[in-house]
Amino acid sequence: MNQLTRVVVVGNGMVGHYFMQELVKRHPDLAAANLQVTVLGEEPRPAYDRVHLSSFFSGSTAEDLSLVEPGFYDRPGLELRLNARVSQIDRHQHTITLSDNTVLSYDKLVLATGSFPFVPSVAGRDRENCFVYRTIEDLEAMTAAGKSAKSGVVVGGGLLGLECAKALRDMGLDTHVVEFAPRLMAVQVDEAGGKVLRSKIEELGVHVHTSRNTTAIVDGATARHRMVFFDETWLETDMIVFSAGIRPRDELARDSGLAIGARGGIAIDDFSRSSDHDIYAIGECASWNDEMYGLVAPGYDMARTACAHLSGETTSTFQGADMSTKLKLMGVDVASVGDAHGKTHDCRSYQYTDEVRNIYKKIVVSEDGKKLLGAVLIGNADEYGTLQQMTINEMALPENPEFLILPASDGKEKPGLGVDALPDSAVMCSCNNVSKGAIGEAVAAGNCSIGAIKACTKAGTACGGCVPLVTQVMKAQMVKLGMTVNNHLCEHFPYSRQELYHLVRVGEIRTFADLLHKHGKGLGCDICKPTAASILASCWNDFILKKDLASLQDSNDYFLGNIQKDGSYSVVPRMPGGEVTPDGLIAIGQIAKKYNLYTKVTGGARVDMFGARVEQLPNIWEELIAAGFESGHAYGKSLRTVKSCVGSTWCRYGVDDSVGLAVQLENRYKGLRAPHKIKFGVSGCTRECAEAQGKDVGLIATENGWNLYVCGNGGMKPRHAELIASDLSKEEAIRMIDRFLMFYIRTADRLQRTSTWRDNLEGGLDYLRDVVINDSLGLGAELEAQMQHVVDNYQDEWKTAVNDPEVRKRFRSFVNSVAGDNNIVFVKERDQMRPATVEEKKQAKVIPILATTE
Amino acid sequence: MSQLQQAASLDDAINQIPDNAGAWHPVCALEDIWPNMGVCALVEDRQIAIFRLQDNLLYAIDNHDPHSDANVLSRGIVGDLGGERVVASPIYKHHYQLRTGVCVEDDSVCLNTYAVEVRDGAIWVQV
Repeated sequence: MNQLTRVVVVGNGMVGHYFMQELVKRHPDLAAANLQVTVLGEEPRPAYDRVHLSSFFSGSTAEDLSLVEPGFYDRPGLELRLNARVSQIDRHQHTITLSDNTVLSYDKLVLATGSFPFVPSVAGRDRENCFVYRTIEDLEAMTAAGKSAKSGVVVGGGLLGLECAKALRDMGLDTHVVEFAPRLMAVQVDEAGGKVLRSKIEELGVHVHTSRNTTAIVDGATARHRMVFFDETWLETDMIVFSAGIRPRDELARDSGLAIGARGGIAIDDFSRSSDHDIYAIGECASWNDEMYGLVAPGYDMARTACAHLSGETTSTFQGADMSTKLKLMGVDVASVGDAHGKTHDCRSYQYTDEVRNIYKKIVVSEDGKKLLGAVLIGNADEYGTLQQMTINEMALPENPEFLILPASDGKEKPGLGVDALPDSAVMCSCNNVSKGAIGEAVAAGNCSIGAIKACTKAGTACGGCVPLVTQVMKAQMVKLGMTVNNHLCEHFPYSRQELYHLVRVGEIRTFADLLHKHGKGLGCDICKPTAASILASCWNDFILKKDLASLQDSNDYFLGNIQKDGSYSVVPRMPGGEVTPDGLIAIGQIAKKYNLYTKVTGGARVDMFGARVEQLPNIWEELIAAGFESGHAYGKSLRTVKSCVGSTWCRYGVDDSVGLAVQLENRYKGLRAPHKIKFGVSGCTRECAEAQGKDVGLIATENGWNLYVCGNGGMKPRHAELIASDLSKEEAIRMIDRFLMFYIRTADRLQRTSTWRDNLEGGLDYLRDVVINDSLGLGAELEAQMQHVVDNYQDEWKTAVNDPEVRKRFRSFVNSVAGDNNIVFVKERDQMRPATVEEKKQAKVIPILATTE
Repeated sequence: MSQLQQAASLDDAINQIPDNAGAWHPVCALEDIWPNMGVCALVEDRQIAIFRLQDNLLYAIDNHDPHSDANVLSRGIVGDLGGERVVASPIYKHHYQLRTGVCVEDDSVCLNTYAVEVRDGAIWVQV
């Protein structure tokens, strides 16, 4: 583009922002491409993830939901204006007017105005505590109102309505869903499916009222509102949320005379152009062939098309969208594929109903039985990926298509979809438009875990529904490329860590020599030896410096301290929950002073001492033990700290005793060896001062008990922990943590933190919750017993070490001299010691080592 | 020739240590090194890492890890990679061949190796 093109984008929702991402992808330097872009957002914040809006109720913040990378809108040629509402478009002048009367000129205008929640015209709908469910502000208002409410009604039993009902239920309200149609999710689900869905939802304690037309909302007798229905029955409730569908925001287009679709929406062509070819419309406000799409994937597709066209490319067109959906509503799988209602002429269907477990499955096939046209899955949607791909790609059906949805019997494999049969162009992730071919390329470039595939292709990062399918494609591609789908630990053991764990436990193997003899080859290495040491410790919890275990330990475990860059070690006594007495602090201060150690308070709420030489360690620890301290396991792949806030004991906001629980947890799990280090946090109220949601295990006190969060991480790749169970008693919480940790220890790879373990876990959080909370594998009691064994066999490693003369002898710099390593030298900085740099060592500016080796 | 002497003389051959390479020094008892572990000996102001592998095979190399500039190799984990016996530095995990002193990840780096043998239950190194 040689001439400056002024582009104005109206709307900064998911689709409007996606359009900008696409435009920046094409023209990383907008200014150099002669583009001057203004983006106008009506809301007070930039684009956020509306698909996962309900996670706001389970603890996600507005920042978590944000889709905008920091700095994205700060580039030359791009301006984002928030709180900016457009009041008028003047197509002849090529200008728009904002509500504050600012006038902006455009060459190309992109309307991404989205939709608004439809509220039926019921008398009393404007009463206080009546809400809609669309923006973060709406959710904040609902949360505030929920605090003083006892009951809540959602008007609308569609997809959003049921999500909203979950939110109300999670707030502890007596929750009702009122639906005008005779069944729930009438658009996606057929009658029989609706029935099963209804009983599933009712099982969860939500009251469902169908075929109910509300005629008025008036004052209630036992609650704030009374909803009166057409048959004069009524329902009383404290708050009401309208979620009865959405309508396109097409008012600007109407006022300026653009063509409108038959059922509303800005009419667009295959290039996403409106009837005025300088104006594009994308997302929920647009109508293509009189169809509107309330899903994000078609909106993204329109955005890509518009962006391509704007950039002068006319090969890419919008051709409608597959409206298949899969979601989990209150833990219930609901999926709908293609022609779910069997509207196609002469189609036939197969149905399977299980009224005991409330599962319903239906497939719709073509008259000749060769093609799959659609499907409905309620209660269990494992086959969604297969059925959706078969439908979209018009693949040939197997001979007995009913087996696609019948439960497998006699251990027979179900006729799955051979992913090899899919064309490279098949879209695996429709949210981010990732094809099978793109996943194949990512694998070829070396991305061989689902986590790496997600990071590289973005597949599975929006709704996540495609992750099982993407995993299959990844594995198939690895096999094709001759990469062994090999998770062997190292050249000595042809097993994954998980398999090795199993071999150790089942074979009751207690030494590395035995393990190597029975299951490995060679001598071992620095990969398999510490891994075996960790597994042996997780299973049997013997003293790690026993003669046959000592040689397996990393230097850190071997010297029970973290090796530092100069070969010195750190000394970290445990302070459970961050609690320490004044006498304890004094003892630490005196010991640090005596041995000339650098001291620092850590983020884990304890004191680290640095600069100890090997031969000093036993003496230092002897004194620490005498002062009542024990090993803090800062050196181990094991429990580090349980961070806590001060809790209800002192804090005027505290709801429960977070320090007490933190101390109890730290004492329970101290010394537990795991695939990687583990950190806990316990907060005494939802202000979350202990940052528990950034930890492997986090607990937050609420008025109804403890909420348990798992798999969070700070560090290199921060990840918010996810709520796995709510309102637990202390005892319940501990049992669930026992199970969670032992399941992690059993199944994780070496050096895999819980966060990456979780990202790679097929089935994700739902699966984890099923195993840990619902005990779906029947492992609960076993995992708890194994944890109890580890807890019962805890010993303070430092105490055992200093009291064993043979072990103690190992702690020296030289086997034939009492001297210390003269390469460990210090200089003074901010009144303390720090290791001298190479330069400083050369200039001999160092402080002489104090003779403290008695 | 015992196995110990074989290992020691193999080192001699590879590094072509001349006859006058140095004097032999007693360092410690064989029992002072636990199997599959190392110790560090201070000999003539040099730090030497001595490892005892299975079947009492002994190796001696510099204790100094040039990649981290720390004296730590005696504290590394020993094992084999592709059949070659190695020690892994505990700091940045570089592997060094015990037989030749060559760094597996960077063959431009080669540590000194030393002759080592057992005499009447005592370990001697030649420095």
